[in-house]
Formats: sequence, C-alpha cells, structure tokens
Amino acid sequence: MLDKNGIAKRIAKEVKSGYYVNLGIGIPTLVANFVRDDIEVEFQSENGILGMGPFPFEGEEDADIINAGKQTITTMPGASFFDSATSFSMIRGKHVHLTILGAMEVSENGDIANWKIPGKMVKGMGGAMDLVASADHIIVAMMHTNKRGESKLLKRCSLPLTGVGCVTKVVTNLAVLEVKNNQFYLLERAPGISVEEIKSATEGTLIVEGEIPEMNF
Amino acid sequence: MINKKVNNVKEALSGVANNMTFMLGGFGLCGIPENAISELVRLGVDNLTCISNNAGVDNFGLGLLLQNKQIKKMISSYVGENDEFERQMLSGELEVELTPQGTLAEKCRAAQAGFPAFYTPAGYGTEVAEGKEVREFNGKMHVLEPAYRADYAFVKAWKGDEAGNLIFKGTARNFNPLMCGAASITVAEVEELVPLGELDPNQIHTPGIFVQRIFQGEKFEKRIEQRTVRQRS
Repeated sequence: MLDKNGIAKRIAKEVKSGYYVNLGIGIPTLVANFVRDDIEVEFQSENGILGMGPFPFEGEEDADIINAGKQTITTMPGASFFDSATSFSMIRGKHVHLTILGAMEVSENGDIANWKIPGKMVKGMGGAMDLVASADHIIVAMMHTNKRGESKLLKRCSLPLTGVGCVTKVVTNLAVLEVKNNQFYLLERAPGISVEEIKSATEGTLIVEGEIPEMNF
Repeated sequence: MINKKVNNVKEALSGVANNMTFMLGGFGLCGIPENAISELVRLGVDNLTCISNNAGVDNFGLGLLLQNKQIKKMISSYVGENDEFERQMLSGELEVELTPQGTLAEKCRAAQAGFPAFYTPAGYGTEVAEGKEVREFNGKMHVLEPAYRADYAFVKAWKGDEAGNLIFKGTARNFNPLMCGAASITVAEVEELVPLGELDPNQIHTPGIFVQRIFQGEKFEKRIEQRTVRQRS
C-alpha cells in the first residue's frame, strides 16, 4: 500500500516533457518533488504564476509571491505573473496540459466530487470547477477508501459534484486506474496489493484485463 | 493628462454608502486594498455586498468588515480560514454566493469590457448551474454567466501615477486589474505614487482610463497567510 508520497511519486511518472501542469492542494502538491530533473515542465498556480519554484529560504519570503494554497513560494527562471482571467484562460483554453487534484469521490463515468459535504461548513470550490471542466487530462490523487473504509470509487457520486465526465485517471494508495467507457480499468497494483483487495475496495464497475502489473517507480 | 490623484483614503472613498456593492481585489491576503478596507471599517457603512475571491482572515482583510457586521452578502470562490465568517454564515446572518474562481474573474473582466454575459464550461452539471441557461458549443455544454455590476471597485497596485496608470507586483496582481473599470468608480491604492512620466508606458499593466481615483496608501502591512520555507542545505 502506498502512502501520500508514494501516490505523488507514481503520478510524477505521468508528467511528460513539455507539459504545463496545475497541481491542486494536498497530495498533488507533493508531485513536484518527484518529477525527474531531465523533464522540461512548468507548474502553473491559478492565482497567477507560471514557472513556480520551491519554497523560499528562511528570510527570503515575499508576501507578494504566493501559490494557490496561499503559501510563500519562489519563481524559476523563465517564470511569469499574470491576472486571474489570464490564468483561467490558460486553464479553460486547454493550454495547461495536465491537472492533478484530490477528490472525495470519483464515479465510473468520470464525475468528481471534491468541494462540498452537505451539513458541514462549505469553504467553496476555488478554481476546481474551472479546472475539471476544461482540462483534457485530469488525474485524481486520493486514498481508495474513506476513513470509514468505504470505497471512494463509485458507480455514482453521492456528494455534490465539482464536474461531470471529466476524470481520466485515478491514482490511489492501492492502484492506478483509467476511467473510460463508464468503467474503471485497473492498470497497476500498488506493491503488495492483490487484484482481489482492489476489487473489494472498489464499488464502481472494475475491469480487470489480463495480468495486472505491480507499479514500478 | 487627466489627474486622478486624491490626497488620502478619506477623499478616495467619498460617496460610499450603506447598501452598496463593492469589488475588492486580492487573493487570500495577497494584493488586498488594505487602506480602503480600514477606511470602510472607520466609516461603518453596512448592508454591503462584497465581491472578492476570498473573505480575509478573522482579524485582517475583509475579516475586519465581517467582525463589524458590515457585510450583508459575500460573493467569493473560497471562504475558508475565517471563524467569524463561518459563524455568520451558519447562523444565516450572512448571505454567501460561491462562484468558481475563473468565472468570478471573468464576471469582473466582462463588466470591465462591456460584455453583459458569457458562456463557460465551469460548473456545468453542478449546483452552480442550477437555474441558469445552458447551451452546447462544439459538443460541450456551457453555462451562461452574467457580468457583475458594482458601485465601487477597490484595488491595490505596486506603483501608479497621477494619470491612474498601474503596475502590479508578483501574484498580488490576481483580480486587481480585472476589477479596474468594472464598477462605477474604481479606487486604486498604490505602495508608491510616482511623478508623471516616470512609469514606462511599455510596462503599464492597467491604463489609467480604468481608474477614477488613485492615492498612495499610508501603510501596507502585507501580512503572509502561510509562511512556508525550506532549509538551506
């Protein structure tokens, strides 16, 4: 079974040279730590920065340079700043190639729910609805089951939706799955996890074709 | 040159009244119009509708107006990190309209650019689209979103001149340029108001035509919400 860093490390393999990538808050943010140095990639943060770098050294924080999680960050050579409409033009206009974000639920037809739990405090969707409505390639990073042990890969989402029919791939602590034809296709198993374990943790329709390889990093 | 300079925040906010709708720039606490917010607190105007991506924190930014119960309705994309906001929202004292961030940005820009509305794919199939007109373009469904209307826009820039030209710094740009000219009166506060001719026309982010009043802010705290650093190895 993978931990959060393991999920991030596996997703980092999906980042190809030449990609502009938007990383959500949580596990997705960790992905930047595992992208190989020889991959040419630029990270976009929707508050208005392309070419985001690591956190600043102590004493070098700048209140005017933050990411979408409101954390102080730095810029890489070649970075740029822009307004929020330009930022979402990059996203809505499909100039950003890959969006990686967390989720509470994903359904077999690619719907995603990640912004609201009825009866609990609603903090808002931020840029998530714009991101999932636009990107051609959306990878969800999440645990396979919730705290009560219930599957988060469902036939239909039970929570209010963030977007419909948009998720293309899901990487969890147990597996890598592709979402197509209204089904989850099992592509890889996490180290030490059996196909049976994945089946029992998946409520949505799971397609298992042939021998399923263990992930390698 | 048409002179937009006013002497202080008091002059800059003349005319603001109860029941008005305001746009306020900023993302989190980054690039917020600190001086205008302080003056709104001092003036005590209430029953306000505020369009701003976030709602500040408990004791800074728009949180100060919330503490004073001056806000009737908040239009934002994300409102976390604010206990007083949560209390007022759950008790029904505060009305909240949550809007996807890119849509919020575009609703400001549309107002600035004279578009009454636009179609966006964001929110289709979700509760955000409920009751709104939807339409298919190129095989994909879109939601019709109207432009905002506001009485005042309060924005913050790094540098500006008396003609109202603005230059922003870093990610403090965010919603600020989009709100300029999107309200009846745009008030810009700048860290540095420079003499006419000092700003290179090639480097202007927002031309002065979109700004009605400009002043140099007395004080900018520029509080950091999440101070994250790495260790030197």
